[in-house]
Amino acid sequence: MKILIKSGRVVDPANKLDKKLDIMVIDGKIAELAANIDPGDAEVINAAGLIITPGLIDMHTHLRDPGYEYKEDIISGTCAAAAGGVTSLACMPNTSPVNDNLAVTQYIITKAQEQGSANVFPIGSITKGMNGEILAEMGELKEGGCVGFSDDGLPVINGEMMRRGLEYANTFGVPIFTHAEDLSLVAGGSMNEGPVATELGLKGIPWVAEDAVTARDIMLAELTGAHLHVCHVSTKGSVELVRHAKARGVRVTCEATPHHFMLTDAAVRGYDANFKMNPPLRSQEDVDAVRAGLADGTIDAIATDHAPHHIDEKNVEFAIAMNGVVGLETLLPLTLRLVTEKVFDLSTAIALLTCQPAKILGIDRGTLSVGAVADITLINPNKEWTVVAEELHSKSKNTSFDGQTMRGYAVRTILAGKTVFER
Amino acid sequence: MSFNPKHILGIKDLSAEEINFILDTADSFKEINTRQIKKVPTLRGKTVVNLFFEASTRTRTSFEIAGKRLSADTVNISASSSSVVKGETLEDTAKNIQAMHPDIIVMRHSASGSCQYLADRLDCSVINAGDGMHEHPSQALLDAFTIREHKGSVEGLTVAIIGDITHSRVVRSDIYCLAKLGARVRLAGPGTMLPPGIEKLGCEVFNNLEDAIRDADVVMMLRIQRERQGAPLIPSVREYARFFGLNGNKMELAKEDAIVMHPGPINRGVELGSIIADGPQNVILNQVENGVAVRMALLYLVAGGEKLQENC
Repeated sequence: MKILIKSGRVVDPANKLDKKLDIMVIDGKIAELAANIDPGDAEVINAAGLIITPGLIDMHTHLRDPGYEYKEDIISGTCAAAAGGVTSLACMPNTSPVNDNLAVTQYIITKAQEQGSANVFPIGSITKGMNGEILAEMGELKEGGCVGFSDDGLPVINGEMMRRGLEYANTFGVPIFTHAEDLSLVAGGSMNEGPVATELGLKGIPWVAEDAVTARDIMLAELTGAHLHVCHVSTKGSVELVRHAKARGVRVTCEATPHHFMLTDAAVRGYDANFKMNPPLRSQEDVDAVRAGLADGTIDAIATDHAPHHIDEKNVEFAIAMNGVVGLETLLPLTLRLVTEKVFDLSTAIALLTCQPAKILGIDRGTLSVGAVADITLINPNKEWTVVAEELHSKSKNTSFDGQTMRGYAVRTILAGKTVFER
Repeated sequence: MSFNPKHILGIKDLSAEEINFILDTADSFKEINTRQIKKVPTLRGKTVVNLFFEASTRTRTSFEIAGKRLSADTVNISASSSSVVKGETLEDTAKNIQAMHPDIIVMRHSASGSCQYLADRLDCSVINAGDGMHEHPSQALLDAFTIREHKGSVEGLTVAIIGDITHSRVVRSDIYCLAKLGARVRLAGPGTMLPPGIEKLGCEVFNNLEDAIRDADVVMMLRIQRERQGAPLIPSVREYARFFGLNGNKMELAKEDAIVMHPGPINRGVELGSIIADGPQNVILNQVENGVAVRMALLYLVAGGEKLQENC
């Protein structure tokens, strides 16, 4: 089985490549990159005018399967991924049951392999049941395919438990993904604390609720020498904490979401719960800091925190609506918008979506090197389109960008040499 | 000018001209309340549902009387917040009521934004009778009406509002309303009860009562909810009363002819000493009296205003 992708602009940051080249794929692997490859008996895909990148990687999603299949499942979630140009994703363990045991890990991986449209790399929980009391069996979970550990959605409140989690995960060479949030400071808040929350009469969540735990966990990473990955940084302070920690040589990485670099808490005016997520939309100053962190390399990856919720869980009073928004199908155009706005160049954008998250997850994806698995995304960077929530592939339609005009999308998504999405 | 809004959700989006129009309309209704026969046929055939998810005596009674004096059919529903626990959503509750074709729903609800939520989803008019910590427009309008009645005009006055600013929907509506009408609004309260960015709504913030009420024309005291005692916000009602209660001779700091207001219900001896609560400067019962006229004006204008009379 041979495929020749012809005349595209190949952007592969792992190999510092940005060049018009042909790519030959044989039996699901990258066989050759060169100018003017003779197609021979290969199927030819004309990619003139398109950007060719390694299949995109979203290191933070919620597939809701098992347990919450009415919101999303592995089939629909990976369909949404493919439609967004994403070929690999990591999924958080806050399913029901929690992914704290080998049976759940194997279920996720097997279902994804048999019925999915993307590679799924599960993240196991740090503690059993995500209740913060007993460590999960990380060694066995890692053997079973988990690429990291997190109690995402909930912080590990107990400092010693977080310390032991870092030490124990480090034994097996995998990172801890922290959801940094001091619940006592959140104190029932439902949006960012500040003038907009005051105006709307909604209880605010102060930035310190995020930064205090980010600081603690960075210090624990420093103490233990373990790899800490900070999920969804949303505040100026957290970006600065990570920047300073990296400068000191602490093993810390972090990610940011498109909604945190595109939107401020002003979007909550109108009380639309599709602007309610955790961490919440922050101030313009925070948005600017996240963008600066992406530009200077403090932030290692752009991840969606794709969090599908049923309309019944969103179509309620703001204060009682569930947290989270879907993001897989808007990840790419929102990242490209930062290229247009000159926050970073195209190569940096693609690195944030491919080789950098791959390195954190320790997976052999995110590059177009010869011999690599042929996960490839073909992008039309200039196509304008409008987000229509009802037309999203995800089962849930809780996007913050309904009706918004986007520029750029994946026109073809190739998973191990096989086209899984095409438009 | 004519002003017939579909909904009254808050003061924020009203202009000074529209606020004055509402107050002028209330002026013309006030006299009805002192007649022998306190009823006019203006809203005959209109149905007003008072949908209250939170306990209320004053506001609900005031809206009910306002509706009845205009000959509307008024229905009161005290839906406990536990209807959420029972499983019916706010939207479903509201749509069930709408199926009975009311013209206006007057709603009080503990969730900020809930009146906006209703207005976005229903065909009938919605009047906000207090949503969470967001707005309480009819209270602000009756406050402005009362100030205007006692002082001639709101413009140029200094109004001090003292208390738990964070949790008060009255404050937010009052700041918008009084600032739009040209007053200087000052706030004071303990730091735990002053939300960040409140000054952006159009007011000055003080951290002691004395500075806030010095030379004020109007002193408005907010109810301190006793359940906040011991929570992280205040150590005790006793200490609160000492520093933020209007008592003793503190009123001497305000202008000699200053008036004292309170949205009720008052906690005697806490935010308001009885000597002041019953003293000559208090206009608290005028506020209650004017509330009926202001709510008659709101019901009338939302129902169609002058267009109604043409049909009579």
